[in-house]
Amino acid sequence: MSAHHTRPEVPTTPSQTVGPYLHIGLPWPDGPFAVAEGTPGALWLRGTVYDGAGAPVTDALVETWQADPDGRFDHPDDPRGARSLPGFRGFGRCPTDASGSYAILTLKPGPVPGPTGDQAPHVDISVFARGMMHRVVTRLYFPEEEAANAADPVLGSIEDQAARATLVADREEGGYRLDIRLQGERETVFFDI
Amino acid sequence: MSTTSGLHISGYVRDHNTHPPLDYPGYKSTALRHPQRPLTLLPHMLTEITSPVLGQDRLGPHDHDLTRQHEGEPQGQRILVHGQVRDSDGRPVPHTLVEVWQANAAGRYRHTGDNWPAPLDPNFTGVGRVLTDAEGRYRFVTVRPGAYPWKNHRNAWRPAHIHFSLFGRAFTQRLVTQMYFPDDPLFFQDPMWQSVPDEKARERMLARFDYDTTEPEWALAYTWDIVLRGREQTPFESEEEVLEDDE
Repeated sequence: MSAHHTRPEVPTTPSQTVGPYLHIGLPWPDGPFAVAEGTPGALWLRGTVYDGAGAPVTDALVETWQADPDGRFDHPDDPRGARSLPGFRGFGRCPTDASGSYAILTLKPGPVPGPTGDQAPHVDISVFARGMMHRVVTRLYFPEEEAANAADPVLGSIEDQAARATLVADREEGGYRLDIRLQGERETVFFDI
Repeated sequence: MSTTSGLHISGYVRDHNTHPPLDYPGYKSTALRHPQRPLTLLPHMLTEITSPVLGQDRLGPHDHDLTRQHEGEPQGQRILVHGQVRDSDGRPVPHTLVEVWQANAAGRYRHTGDNWPAPLDPNFTGVGRVLTDAEGRYRFVTVRPGAYPWKNHRNAWRPAHIHFSLFGRAFTQRLVTQMYFPDDPLFFQDPMWQSVPDEKARERMLARFDYDTTEPEWALAYTWDIVLRGREQTPFESEEEVLEDDE
């Protein structure tokens, strides 16, 4: 592919904060359920969002987007063609609760093709909150995928081992846990996209 | 595009004049909530060029008309808000979910955290959803929201605004923003408005009064177009590899 930079031809609309009242507009009753309860293979992705003082962020919203267990996306821009897994939305959305925690019921994604081989199974995460003028983006990786994680191009681009570890979830009862720290010593790696 | 570790890096240039910084001291709550480490570049691969395809099942029967969600009509000035969603390549964004939430005409949200002494309206929830049509157009019926005080600084008031949330067609296009009304006297002291560095960019958050769409004996109209960032297509070095497992 040729080297080029794309400059937007039509200037974009600025981002603004969700503010303190996001809970009236954004959550859906079924938002946390990318799959229905009882679906074989369903697991919980849970975590707590912390601010720079280590306090839980109770007015945040976490959104997840991921491939299905075969590594496919239900989207026309997947070059293999859109393919939907019935009952699986791929998208989860959960406001944080009074303890700053989120929980999304989903399926473990499969490996996703990348430019030089497969990417390790991963979930893209957006965090919106009062006090943030635009979302921040991070990724969740799975702890048992040691070999795939070691070969993953995105994880591999993060040289600091401690920083890289902020993207790898911990196994826990019923699923996985990934805490998100917006600021501070163990600040989560966030991506510029 | 440049290549790092064998990966093609998207050439998209974030417009720092348009988007507010995450660290904006004028908005006090950013102090403990902005990442302090530089953001890591994330090349756009399949997860980033796709996003949820959300459809009619996300919509309730009166989600497009915030004045008809209760037994009676809400208090306030009835308005139509309409516009087109495009991306920065100029392409309309069809069939995408647009979500809105807002205060009532007195400037109060139906939210347990909002307890300033303005009346709640039993006939107004302040939440709406629509899908854009084939040309990327959307339309809501609602009431004009009021301004409200907050405690960011002395005598702080938010200009009237409607929160908008958009998905676009790619994970990278996700946008939450606010629509403001022309001739609002409160912009001079509002850190949300002022967090956008470029004055021309601020004006892109401003709806335009639209007399032509205004409906006689019924509602004033405002028009507001929203531009999401562009999409980076073809991030693959060799699509053949990807296509191998097709079928």
